[in-house]
Amino acid sequence: MTTEAVSTRPLRIALVGNPNCGKTALFNMLTGSRQKTANYSGVTVERKTGLLVTPAGMAVELLDLPGSYSLRACSPDEEITRDVVLGRRAQEALPDAIVCVTDATNLNLHLRLLLELKKVGRPLILALNMMDIAQRSGCVIDTEALSRQLRIPVVTTVAVRKSGIQNLLAQIDTLLAQLKPGQDSDSLAAPNTWAEPSAADVRAYHHEVDRILQVVVTQAGTPARFTRQLDRLLLHPVLGVVTLLAVLFLMFQAVFNWAALPMDLIDGGVAWLQQWLHQNMADGLLKSLLADGIIAGVGSVLVFIPQILILFFFILLLEDFGYMARAAFLMDRIMGGVGLNGRAFIPLLSSFACAIPGIMAARTIANPRDRLTTILIAPLMTCSARIPVYTLIIAAFIPNTSVWGFIGLQGLVMFGLYATGIVSALAVAQVLRMTLTRGSHQPLIMELPTYKIPSVANVLLGVLERGKIFLRRAGTIILSLMIVIWFLATFPSAPEGASEPAIYYSFAGMLGHFLEPVLAPVGFNWQIAIALIPGMAAREVAVAALGTVYALSGGDNAVVTALTTTLSQDWTLPTALALLAWYVFAPQCAATLAVTKRETNSWRWPVFMFTYMLALAYAAAFITYRLALLLGGN
Amino acid sequence: MSDVHSKISAIIAKPSSPCPLGMLRCGDSGYIQAVRAAATLEGNELERRLLEMGFIEGAHVELLHEGFIGRDPIAVRVNQTTVALRRSEANAVLVNLL
Repeated sequence: MTTEAVSTRPLRIALVGNPNCGKTALFNMLTGSRQKTANYSGVTVERKTGLLVTPAGMAVELLDLPGSYSLRACSPDEEITRDVVLGRRAQEALPDAIVCVTDATNLNLHLRLLLELKKVGRPLILALNMMDIAQRSGCVIDTEALSRQLRIPVVTTVAVRKSGIQNLLAQIDTLLAQLKPGQDSDSLAAPNTWAEPSAADVRAYHHEVDRILQVVVTQAGTPARFTRQLDRLLLHPVLGVVTLLAVLFLMFQAVFNWAALPMDLIDGGVAWLQQWLHQNMADGLLKSLLADGIIAGVGSVLVFIPQILILFFFILLLEDFGYMARAAFLMDRIMGGVGLNGRAFIPLLSSFACAIPGIMAARTIANPRDRLTTILIAPLMTCSARIPVYTLIIAAFIPNTSVWGFIGLQGLVMFGLYATGIVSALAVAQVLRMTLTRGSHQPLIMELPTYKIPSVANVLLGVLERGKIFLRRAGTIILSLMIVIWFLATFPSAPEGASEPAIYYSFAGMLGHFLEPVLAPVGFNWQIAIALIPGMAAREVAVAALGTVYALSGGDNAVVTALTTTLSQDWTLPTALALLAWYVFAPQCAATLAVTKRETNSWRWPVFMFTYMLALAYAAAFITYRLALLLGGN
Repeated sequence: MSDVHSKISAIIAKPSSPCPLGMLRCGDSGYIQAVRAAATLEGNELERRLLEMGFIEGAHVELLHEGFIGRDPIAVRVNQTTVALRRSEANAVLVNLL
């Protein structure tokens, strides 16, 4: 590995620390919005880099490594940290220096990692983070004495305040000044003597930490009183679960209500734009491509954004506060029953709004097998894109009566569809546990961090990052698919004197006719077969597609009202029920497959997801159709 | 009343052999006597993971919370860290009860 002189390239500094030490907040404070998120090649671990300019005007490239309890790695995340720090990754240069970030209120645990890092030999700076919390709790640490004991520079930081990082910046400048021009950081380094610690080694590290703290901490301080008190409620066997349900209820209310207005605005904007084009542009292919292909495509991507942003806002807010670990604790037994990790609870729940943020949120699950299982079952959770289809069919076919006097039948059917989604997800998880993702029992052993007031700036930064990832990945796929579908649905155009709607004669129509005999056993007619093709891009598109197939025109609402009548006359009840069953399972969302590919780093899993969901959809539709016919449908 | 009862039982029972952490009830506390897992691959991994999380001989532990199904998992405070783990995993830690 060549190491050029430091003066010709930015200094590379890696941030290493335990989980929950505030490393990410420190990284955000140091780099602001000058961050870049990618993946480490070959693994599904995020690679976060950022640019920092020190007070002395030097450029520094910061690398935020995944939190680790030890350099002895137990998960893919920790393996990355170990490999980058030791210089074992081929495409990652050895960092010039390491900043070890620790929680000043828990040095007992965090200093052990520092002792391991010292063995690695790279230039090291110890940052005592959350110093403000430590001081408030009455803790007194002699940083000079600590620096003498460890023989490395020690700075205090408060990652959530601009003023709190000055010490660290000054120390980085000092380090840079020590590097003579023309030299590289190896001149300041020591040989790497790190070896994977055995149990005895870990004990030895702990004893060394205890010895150092005896000398250095003059007053221990009362730790985490607020956390203990709040946990008496939030981790209470009964009240804790009640609070969790309340928090989730509020979260979903917020997602659906707050997102409603922006979504309407986006829909309205898209419709207005299409209207304007229709009026002001000459008829022709280009206009059709622009209005029905590109603008419709962009619109169908943008309309997701409000829900996704709001959902991620809550997820990141709760994560920063420290509540997510508590939710995982409360749900561990239930999730464990089907072989899932307690941490799978929030990603799966997020999938009720949209599976895409849910799958992205599965990153918090360290165990790769648990994470894979969670990703594979997330799309079975009834996402909000299914609601327009469900609503249409229920309105057309389920009578608006009451069961037992007070339960609306329509609402009951909707609830039944939701319940089917959940039950099938758990069943699939169980099957996966016994077959594909079978593996040794993973221990829970999870830290419950102290509660901290989340920094809204940090949360917003995270939300922005997630939004960008969604737009880059899902957005490009959805847009390109919509254009492809526009093409399939427009060419070839209808011949003169055509009796059926134009789509009948197009490629999409031919595809639908081709599929008709395959779908006939489940009761689908050719109109449904055709409508399912655009419906592959995104679930709710099937409604508009049905409208096109039945040659209905007008705004969204007009089409839906007209469709309700048309369908109730054209379809039979068994067909309608079969379509509902199909929709519970069918993988009609290309964006989900795209995000799955990104999160699992291979095509194998999206293909598997598509196949198993399609198979389940066909089976469910078949059984429902045949059963409904048997029980007296027409 | 049961508080007094348990204190009396504790006094009468002393000196007690160390108790596995997984057998403690909510509110119990003590000092870790040993961290010993089965001599299997899994056991070694468990032992080192526990040590890395701060479960070290001599550390003070207190059982703070229990899950609502089967009183599992448990939340344990070990020195300055709070850790959630299953009772089956916690049994590798032997505690001298206070």
